[in-house]
Amino acid sequence: MSSSMLFNTTTIFYMISMVVFFVYLATKNKGIGLLGSLTAYVGWFIHTTAIILRWKESYDMGVGHAPLTNLYESVVFFAWTIVLIYGIIELKYKYRVIGAFVMPFAVFGMAWAQTRLQSDIEPLVPALQSNWLLYHVITCFLGYAAFAVACGISIMYLIKTRGESGNSDAKAGGVIGLFPPAKVLDDLNYKAIMVGFPLLTLGIVTGAAWANYAWGTYWSWDPKETWSLIVWLIYAAFLHARITRGWVGKRAAWLSIIGFCATIFCYLGVNLLLSGLHSYGAGGNTIFHMLIEKIRHLFS
Amino acid sequence: MTTAKRNFIESIWDFFCSLKLALSLLIVLALISIIGTIIPQEPNVPSQYIASIGPTKLSIYKTLGFFHMYHSWWFMSLLGLLTFNIICCSVKRLPRVWKIVAEPTLIMDEGLQKTLQQTFERKMTGEAKEKLRGFLKSEIGEPKVTEQDGATYFFVQKHAWCRFGVYVVHLSIVIIFVGALIGSIFGFKGVMQIPEGMASDTIYSTVTGNPKELPFGLFLDSFSVSFYDTGMPKEYKSILTVVDENGQPVKGYEHIPVIVNKPLTYKGITFYQSNYGQTGEGSTFHFDVAKKGSQDFAHIDAKMGSKTKLPDGSMLEIVDSTEDISSSSSGQFSGPAVLVRVTEAGKSPDQFVVMKNYPEVQQQQQGDIVIHYVGSGTKYYTGLQVAKDPGVWVVWFGCFLMVVGIIMAFFLSHKRVWIRFANGRVVMGGTANKNPAAFEVKFESMVEKLKNL
Repeated sequence: MSSSMLFNTTTIFYMISMVVFFVYLATKNKGIGLLGSLTAYVGWFIHTTAIILRWKESYDMGVGHAPLTNLYESVVFFAWTIVLIYGIIELKYKYRVIGAFVMPFAVFGMAWAQTRLQSDIEPLVPALQSNWLLYHVITCFLGYAAFAVACGISIMYLIKTRGESGNSDAKAGGVIGLFPPAKVLDDLNYKAIMVGFPLLTLGIVTGAAWANYAWGTYWSWDPKETWSLIVWLIYAAFLHARITRGWVGKRAAWLSIIGFCATIFCYLGVNLLLSGLHSYGAGGNTIFHMLIEKIRHLFS
Repeated sequence: MTTAKRNFIESIWDFFCSLKLALSLLIVLALISIIGTIIPQEPNVPSQYIASIGPTKLSIYKTLGFFHMYHSWWFMSLLGLLTFNIICCSVKRLPRVWKIVAEPTLIMDEGLQKTLQQTFERKMTGEAKEKLRGFLKSEIGEPKVTEQDGATYFFVQKHAWCRFGVYVVHLSIVIIFVGALIGSIFGFKGVMQIPEGMASDTIYSTVTGNPKELPFGLFLDSFSVSFYDTGMPKEYKSILTVVDENGQPVKGYEHIPVIVNKPLTYKGITFYQSNYGQTGEGSTFHFDVAKKGSQDFAHIDAKMGSKTKLPDGSMLEIVDSTEDISSSSSGQFSGPAVLVRVTEAGKSPDQFVVMKNYPEVQQQQQGDIVIHYVGSGTKYYTGLQVAKDPGVWVVWFGCFLMVVGIIMAFFLSHKRVWIRFANGRVVMGGTANKNPAAFEVKFESMVEKLKNL
């Protein structure tokens, strides 16, 4: 059995869980809701096993390192943290329906990783050979996952209060009747961000500590660093907005969604879209330009 | 002072203390920070980029400081304003919070009772006072007891200091800024290059490019690079020895391996493995040389920087060298290569590339000589980042405070419980500044115990 088989199985379990949650939304049958949660949990345990197995496989290959070092591994880990944080919130607050709005993030991540991303186990380049890698990646992604859950809850909030002014708990029929009250959603949004914000802070601090240890500068306004600061500022604004009149409810939900969009941009956008302008210290090897010119001349 | 004047000053003070200002600053900072992630920042502005935006935009961007925007006067001013806002907010609100913590209301009268989240009443007679004191002590902590007008009042609180969490976070931000300031005033960042078997004590500032002499030198014993089977780099390693002004090795700092993620620190200055390259300086290059058409090769050793006479009287010079040509030839060739200049008697100099792996390429050259590049005893140089930052520990202290403050502010709640005992009636009331649901559970368990007291 290989880790990649287990990752595929995980993806299937998450997909089933998502579909079951949608059926739960339509039927409001409690048994189906429970089934959705259980499928997600089983998938998460398979996921955990797969990550551990991949870790072991890297040691078998002689390049042993935690599976957190390339885009594939990070997306897979991100999905894992999302389901973990969702599970904790569900077990604590007993609102199963949140799964219908959080599991799609995990499914999307896993499906993208399994179908589109390079999944080979690679050895570590010198820059990544540090224990800071582990602390930095784990704290950041747990933070990101909490923001993903907050975003899902905020979307629910906006659906719940759509067409109503303010936080009305008016009895809405259909799917929305299944949602927790708007007030509860607003509070859960806040609670998820209260978990995510300290983790993101730790993620930035460990990143700074690592940067300082590896090249002597804890902050260099690199796009990735700057975007992590932007995300931090947005959620700091969110937390301050909570104690300002008029900023609970819809505006808070929107701020949470914007925060998560910024998070995703920090995680993926910076690498995929901005890397053309800023790549780490590649630098032109100018002394050999003359050589190239000479060779070109030779074959022209 | 006139009323109008006072009102004006007060409104300015209120402005700097306001949460609205804080919110606006956070959002504005988030938005404008995006600029510097899209426009390249000094010193990494590619010339193609400058060419692509045209002169008008270029001069606008330059005037606005967009190429080093995180150090521009307006960005710094915003950070300064945020700091001022943080300080004002805290100065305004701290005394009030201090009063809540240090001078709590010890007596729960009817008025206070109405404002509390949780209350409970029962009858109780006999030696109730001591029982109630013991009850509160075992549940939360030693209560303060006040006797007044024939009634007995108990008060106890827990985690009162967590109300300072917010201010600890605010202070931590100011401390981090102070640390950054100390670093930029008293510290420096630079780079240095040392060829193998040589020493250097000069670094070049990353900011200005100016050289700076260190009070000691570094001697590079050797440099090595290793690769995985896949061709990915595995390790860059410099073996360094610290030498004093007289060139003597410093005890305890001899033959220290420095790799990426494992720097060397001496006298508060830290050296980080950053890059490497080959230096022609002092290296020997080996060639086989023959007349075109002949198989009679002669072995020649040449040094960079000096002319070497070939058997037919021509002169050979080495202009440049590389250990791997693939990146400079867009992957067309690979392996070691040398750029040579050959001057045959009575002819003008001819400059061309000879590659170790492709001897046939050079044979297409004009001229009568065939030169095969056999290899070299090339030496490496190591590129080190050098940093001295006396503010870094201040920054770490700030980061530590920030995490502690956030935990205080988010996860601990200030719980307060009062009991009033008068005329055979016990009234217990309680409140928490955060997480009312959790406090409700706690209060209910206390009520159960109080019922059976």
